[in-house]
Formats: sequence, structure tokens, C-alpha cells
Amino acid sequence: MARFISRRLFHLIFILIGVSVLVFLMVRLIPGDPAHLLVGEFASPEDVSRIREKLGLDQSYPYQYYIYVKNLLKGDMGRSIRSNVPVSQEIFVRFLATVELSIAAMIISSCIGILAGVISSARQFSTFDYVSMVMALVGISMPIFWLGLMLMYLFSVKLGLLPLMGRFTMGLDYHSMTGLVLLDGLLTGDFQLFLNALKHLVLPAFTLSTIPMAIIARMTRSSMLEVLSKDYIRTARAKGLSQGAVIFKHALKNAFLPIITVIGLNFGLLLGGAVLTETIFSWPGLGRYVVDSLMARDYPAVQGCILFFSVIMVMVNLVVDILYFYLDPRLRIDGKG
Amino acid sequence: MEKAEILVELKKNKSAMAGLVIIAMLVALAVIGPWISPYHPLIPDPINRLKGPSWAHLFGTDSLGRDILSRVIYGSRISIIIGLIAVSISLIPGTLLGLLSGFYGRKVDEPIMRTMDIMLAFPAILLAIFITAILGPSLLNTMIAVGIVYIPHYARIVRSSVLSLKEQLFVQAVRSLGGSNLRIIALHIFPNTLPPIIVYATLGMGTAVLQAAALGFLGLGAQPPTPEWGAMLSEGRQYIQNAPHVAAFPGLAIFMLVLGFNLFGDGLRDILDPSLR
Repeated sequence: MARFISRRLFHLIFILIGVSVLVFLMVRLIPGDPAHLLVGEFASPEDVSRIREKLGLDQSYPYQYYIYVKNLLKGDMGRSIRSNVPVSQEIFVRFLATVELSIAAMIISSCIGILAGVISSARQFSTFDYVSMVMALVGISMPIFWLGLMLMYLFSVKLGLLPLMGRFTMGLDYHSMTGLVLLDGLLTGDFQLFLNALKHLVLPAFTLSTIPMAIIARMTRSSMLEVLSKDYIRTARAKGLSQGAVIFKHALKNAFLPIITVIGLNFGLLLGGAVLTETIFSWPGLGRYVVDSLMARDYPAVQGCILFFSVIMVMVNLVVDILYFYLDPRLRIDGKG
Repeated sequence: MEKAEILVELKKNKSAMAGLVIIAMLVALAVIGPWISPYHPLIPDPINRLKGPSWAHLFGTDSLGRDILSRVIYGSRISIIIGLIAVSISLIPGTLLGLLSGFYGRKVDEPIMRTMDIMLAFPAILLAIFITAILGPSLLNTMIAVGIVYIPHYARIVRSSVLSLKEQLFVQAVRSLGGSNLRIIALHIFPNTLPPIIVYATLGMGTAVLQAAALGFLGLGAQPPTPEWGAMLSEGRQYIQNAPHVAAFPGLAIFMLVLGFNLFGDGLRDILDPSLR
């Protein structure tokens, strides 16, 4: 186990160095001079060169990279050109909004996806199986930015059941404790805030959950079908166990490995999807921030966000790998050998 | 599997046939678009701004009074071309890298696959956004960005096929007969990697269309007045409260095209490469 984790950690460090080099180079390839942006259009050439010197942009690329990594290791991602606030601070605040949205989407997609997949496999070739797999294909094919807009029109504009956008109603008395509004509402016993935040969360979370939900449903179904054809399931049935016990105790437990992998790997999809969902629903998360920063050519912010997104993705992949290794005893034996 | 067998299997596969019908209809629409579209897709008609669906304008009109049906019809050309070019951009280098990486092993494999790992560490849409920011927002750059993002996926799939193929008896036989590496790769290994490539490329067309539309939606793809579906949807977003049809129809068109490719790709996978399921 330790050998496996250390090997994966070495791989992770290598990937992170590669990602940092790539992000560093790509940001420098974006047209436009950051110094110019910082001092404004009408600044004198002297001012521009002073800022270039201050930012270290007059140095060679290897030296600039060295400074960049040195600062990064201290948690310093530079300052946002727009707000002059440290990028790490901006990222942290927005990241919590994205976490809240992603977790909600992950819960919705896992619950509905696994349930649909299990029922489909237990009733293979039934109407439910057929309909749920068609729905899964529809879910994978649907542009989430379109789905989001249509849901917004139906539930917010037409029916008036849910709020149009944002994280909670402006003007509501909210003091952040954890940065997760729902959790803060629960912790402080402020149910008005909790309900308000929940209503705001429903549409973006559901929109974001559709693609992972479809993928999880398909994977659960195929994984369950494979397990259900095994001899030990026949034995369990022959013992007279109920259908529920066979499905949930024996089959689902053994079909869980690929499902967990898919749930973990879908995290990348959620992060990518958050860029679009947050833009549609004006959700103040990291996805929307990165798009806004790019539009405003706020390079330190873009650089910080993309690096942060990649680190999260790589870490999630590592956790999935370790979990997989932990859950599958065969891998543990192979890993030792 | 022989070509004739594949065609027979394809005809039997409901999913593949449904996908093929959708794709064929949209391709036909793209080809004959200029002859059947009721209005010019770019000429504004200020008197008929944001009109809902009617007999005169089946899909309604947009904020400049342009007929949405005509724009959707013209947009089908753009989306299909985006899909084809983006997939080619990922497919060709991805396949080459996968072949080299899998065949030559360690010294070639390590640098190629580690580079691919680094690219895969970025969420796809973010990397595409980043590349578009470097190249500048345009239709061509959208295709390039989406194409580059998916190179690692093809490289991985081809590499894993090559790894198993190169150990097989027929490859060793050619080698013992003095066949050069180039000959083995080009004539014996590459043709056998085609089934998974075809399946992935078909599914990849749907993904490419979706990603390109997403870039268009974010304002990083085709620029106005090009009738690209993602950009049209983005414009419709501003009028979602009063004129939802402006966003509804371009979105529906994206969905249909992607669904077509996914259905066809799923069917193809069942026939050509069940192991990918």
C-alpha cells in the first residue's frame, strides 16, 4: 500500500510540475502585455517599464518561472489585476461556492444514477430499463448551458417556483462561517437562510448533475449486469434470499468498484461543467471567476485558477486510485508483490 | 469482422440506425440549406424583432429580426464542419503518438504519455478556453482548441491497442520475416487499431460539437453575425425571460446533432469493440 501511494505521489509531483510549466508558458503566450493592463492605456512608457521591472517581466523566462514557483510554494499566486486582492484569497472564497455546488450535484447524480442503474439491471429489458437508458443517453447529449436556461425559464420565469440566479437573496443577513451557505444556515439555526440557499441551489445543481448522472447510471447498470450473471448471485438466490438482499447486499457491493471510479473521475466533468453552469446562473464560484478573469485579461487570476483546478483534478484522481486500491483486495496483493 | 458483416450488424442495431438517420438528416439539411432556408440568415429585419414562432417564422426571430430557422439551418453546416475538423485535429496526432508510444515502448513512451497526462490534468473545457484565449476568439481557433484538448484521449486508446497487438503472433511473424518497424506499424498494427479509433471518433464528434458550442456560448467561438449554434444560444440568454425561443431552438439543434453521434457511436461500439463498453 505504502509503495503504491509513494509511487502515485511521485507521479503526482511530476504532473504538478508539468502543469505549472504549461500554465506558466501558456499565460505568457496570451496576447497583450500584463504591465500595460495594470497601468492602463494612457500610461507613459516609463511607467510601463517600471511595472514590468516590478513584476519581474523583464527577466528571462527560466528566472521568471523560478520566482513564480518560489512564490507559489509560499501560497502567493500574485494579485488580481482587477481587484488588487491576492489571487489565492479570491480563489478560496469562490472555491467554496463551487464546492457547495459540486457536492450538491455529486449527491444528486450519484443517488439518482446509482438507483436508476440498479433498477435497470434488476429489470433488464423492461420499460424502466429502456426509458432510463434512453434518458441517460439524452443526458449525455444535452448541452448543459441549454438545459440550464430552459430549466431557468420553466421553474423561475414561468412557474416562479425557484429563484432566477445567485447563491442567496441579496440583502439577506448572512455572515460566513464555513463559506458554505447551506451549512452556515444549519449551524446557526437560521432556517430562512438555509431554505433560501437551498432554493437557489436546486436548479444549478440539477443542471450540473445531468451528465455525471447519465454516466453513473450507465456504468452502474453494466457493472451490475456483469455481477448479476455470476455464480455466487445464483447461489444467493438459491438460498432463498429476497431480491432486495441479493441486489443490494451481494450484487451492488461487488459492482461498486467501477461505480466509485466513475464518480471520482466525474469530478473533472463537474469542475468543467461548473464553468458553464456558474455562468448561466450567476453563481459566484470559481468557474465563473475564471471566465470573467479571462475576458478581463486578468492573467494572474487566470493562471492561479487554472493551476488550482488542475491541482484539484489531479488530487481527486489520486484519491480515487487509492480508494480503488483499498477497496479491491486483489490489487492490494499485487501491489505488495 | 468483414465490411459486409459490419453493415449487416449495423442494420440490425436500432441505436446505430436511429443515430445514422439523425446525422443523415442534419447533414442533408447542411448541404441543401441555402436552397431550403426561408430567409437570409444574416440580414436583419428590425420590424420583426424577437417574434415568437409563427407560420411566417417557424422558430421565431432573434433580437435583430433574423429568422432563427434559417440561422439554425446554416448553423448545421458550421457545427458539422467544426466536429469534423476538431476530431481530425485530435485524431491524426493522437493516433500517431499512440502508435509510436505503444510500439517503441519506454524511451519514446515515457515522454509522450507523461505529456499526455499533463494535458489530461486540465478540465477539458478549461484547457479549450485557455487555448482560445491564446489564439484569439474565432471559429477556426475553436476547432483547433477543441482538437488539441482531445489529442491525449486518442493517444491513450491507440497506445493500449498497440500494446496488446505488438505481442501477437502475426506481428512477431512479420518481424521474423524481416519486416521493418515502419512496415509493421503502418501495414499490420495500424489497421487493427482502427475499430476503437472509429468508435471513439464517432462519439468524439458529439463531444467536439458540444465543446465548440460551449466556447461559442462563452463568447470565445464564432463571432457575430456567424450563425453558430452556441453563439446563438448565448445571445438568447439575454432574452430568456421574454423570448425563450431565441435560445430554445439552437440548443435543440445542438442536442439533436450530439444525440445522433452518440447513438451511432454507441451502436458502432457494440458491433466493433464491445470491450470499450
